Amino acid sequence: MAFTLGFHIILACIGVAFPAIILVANYLGLRRGDAVALELAQRWSKVAAVTFVIGAITGTVLSFEMGLLWPEFMRRFGDVFGLPFALEGIFFFTEAIFIAIYIYGWKRLSGWAHFWTGVPVVIAGLGGAWSVVAANSWMNQPDGFKLAADGTVTDVNALDAFFNGAVAYEAPHMILAAYIVTGFLVASVYAVGMLRGRRDRHHRLGLLIPFTVAAIATPIQFGVGDTAARSIAKDQPIKFAAMECVQKTATHVTEYIYGRCTEDGVKGGIGIPGLDSWLVGFSTDTKVIGLDTVPPEDRPPANTLLHWAFDTMVGIGTALMALGAWLGIVWLRRRDIPRTKWFLRAVAVSGLAAIVALECGWIVTEVGRQPWIVYEVMRTEDAVTQADGVWVSLGVVLVLYTALGIATVMVLRAMARRWRDADDLDVPYGPRPAPGQPEAPR
Amino acid sequence: MSSADAVAAVLWVGVTLYAVFGGADFGSGFWTLLAGVGERGRRARDLVDWAIGPVWEANHVWLIFILVTLWTAFPEAFASVMSTLFIPLCLAALGIVLRGAGFAFHRVAARRSGRRLAEAAFATSSVLTPFFMGTVAGAVASGRVPVGNAAGDPVTSWLNPVSLLIGALFVATGAYLAAVFLVSDARRSSMPDLVGYFSARALAAALGAGVLAIAGILVLRSDARFMYDGLTSEGLPLVIVSLACGAGALILLWRGARRGVRPLAVAAVAAIIWGWGAAQYPYLLPQTLTIEQAAGATETLTTVLVVFGIAVVVVLPALAFLFVLDQRGLLQEEGES
Repeated sequence: MAFTLGFHIILACIGVAFPAIILVANYLGLRRGDAVALELAQRWSKVAAVTFVIGAITGTVLSFEMGLLWPEFMRRFGDVFGLPFALEGIFFFTEAIFIAIYIYGWKRLSGWAHFWTGVPVVIAGLGGAWSVVAANSWMNQPDGFKLAADGTVTDVNALDAFFNGAVAYEAPHMILAAYIVTGFLVASVYAVGMLRGRRDRHHRLGLLIPFTVAAIATPIQFGVGDTAARSIAKDQPIKFAAMECVQKTATHVTEYIYGRCTEDGVKGGIGIPGLDSWLVGFSTDTKVIGLDTVPPEDRPPANTLLHWAFDTMVGIGTALMALGAWLGIVWLRRRDIPRTKWFLRAVAVSGLAAIVALECGWIVTEVGRQPWIVYEVMRTEDAVTQADGVWVSLGVVLVLYTALGIATVMVLRAMARRWRDADDLDVPYGPRPAPGQPEAPR
Repeated sequence: MSSADAVAAVLWVGVTLYAVFGGADFGSGFWTLLAGVGERGRRARDLVDWAIGPVWEANHVWLIFILVTLWTAFPEAFASVMSTLFIPLCLAALGIVLRGAGFAFHRVAARRSGRRLAEAAFATSSVLTPFFMGTVAGAVASGRVPVGNAAGDPVTSWLNPVSLLIGALFVATGAYLAAVFLVSDARRSSMPDLVGYFSARALAAALGAGVLAIAGILVLRSDARFMYDGLTSEGLPLVIVSLACGAGALILLWRGARRGVRPLAVAAVAAIIWGWGAAQYPYLLPQTLTIEQAAGATETLTTVLVVFGIAVVVVLPALAFLFVLDQRGLLQEEGES
């Protein structure tokens, strides 16, 4: 489950944010009569078609897994937190319909009419992301039900569950992450192209449009992420303690950057005295709750991993923000991208870096919640299926998804290569040639 | 009618839509598997591609709809089905992944071998996925899924005569629907020679599905008496409607009629699904769990019904828009249609 989710989360990000970036290019193209921007939008929409299909099937697999792996969880709480999924279903359906219209409609619909068929895709993407994250944040901050003495769930209020305490910071954090990952990922493709000497307008625009979107999102993300961390310190203090390796409740807690978490404190790493307390409450006198407040079986596992994941996410986020500022400053002075190759090299790795940050953030929220599947209500071990064969299916899934990932990258690269050589090609969502005619020569 | 019954009815609408649209989608993959490698086969594959391209995604969202509705409104039933029938459901999920990947890649793969591989994955899983879903339906219908976490037998619950027959019936029904749809798609596009090709296949699939359905009823009589009794009492009118529509569609196909075949074929499938629903009412898992017992919190059911209302207002016009644009040929490459 963890693996399939970690895979799906990348494709979901692309599905949420890519349409917006495509529409920006589409808008610029129509507004300024810019053929290059229009061509970019058209090609990107074909790439989005492939990633959207793969995202849809990995998403379907996830909804199978909810029951295949966690039947007890679904049995007890399905009616409490099912609503976000139902809403997500509607958003996804809308997105699927309009993405088909948008991708198929390039030639026959008029410019602006076609542009407007893309707008619902962006809105539905935002709504869908919000809904799905609402389900996850409910697991962190369960709400909308009461537990009877014997453990049965009563007084269910699905709307309270949807608007739980954590969604207000978790959902924006995830949506911004989607824009950052997709923006840097697309930009990095064109940065590689420019490093190989293809410095035409096509590559410049292909880098600038997604990069700008991501660079605007990154500083906002910094603020949202900071708010999220402070809320977690308040709402899920044990998760926060594990993220920061705080063993004992205290004031004037030292903030460690990296280092190994042990029972007697952090070994190695860079320590900044008092900073952790200050980050939580803007004063070094702030008390930070430590892991010692709960028995060992209620503490998250793999403490060092968790701490490193959190620090890596913050570190990459900061670096990406600096990268955005670099372009911003140079652009203001010269109306051009930085001339040094080091800038292009940095952009070229920024896409992968953003994905690493994304996965780290996901590790923090999921591993940090353990041993609970529903925070302080249900343990993960109590939720799992009794069916045999889970390990076999895990092995199959690992092999299959690895193949799927490689195939996706190979296919997208092949598409790029063919675009460079010739013009058009078919994708799952068309635009389709009439059947019966010979296929375009390949 | 209680709100649990109302949600169950909505769920059943989802099952019907998935059986019709998803079934036809799987069925068209079945025909690509049988099409062979020659020129005729390639043209048949092209037509399938052309026909399901824009609506492929929408056809399969119904499955997600069914799963989400089941776990939100009937968590007890969802947990029992998903844990006891772990094996066939895993295989169905595997088929969904292979099929989607095959479909996504088969036109963009760089090399011929890659395209072949993707086409093979698409075609094979188009048969396996509905088959395993059919075995799941058979397990539920024959009362082999008890309540609880993996409480039923992991193997015999779905490896039994009823399940196998219903699995085969799912494949045959999908193939029949697909062939019927493809006949009119062939007419609409510029491939008139494929009209006869798919008419013949629709007739064959209809006969196959008919034989399987009769065999299924006989097996139900000995193996799942409850369902047999239901189908021959409460469900009988719907079974008769299904037979009449199926026979009518056959006659029209035989005569090469241009109109009426598609609605009749869809009605035949929809009627038998509602006949099944009527036969097992009021049970969700026959003879162990009723709809009322399985239902989640009342307030959730109400919210779910409201959400369905919103969905009808939001999604249906959009879906209609897609189909209208598609049928008017506004979603094609310029100058080639």
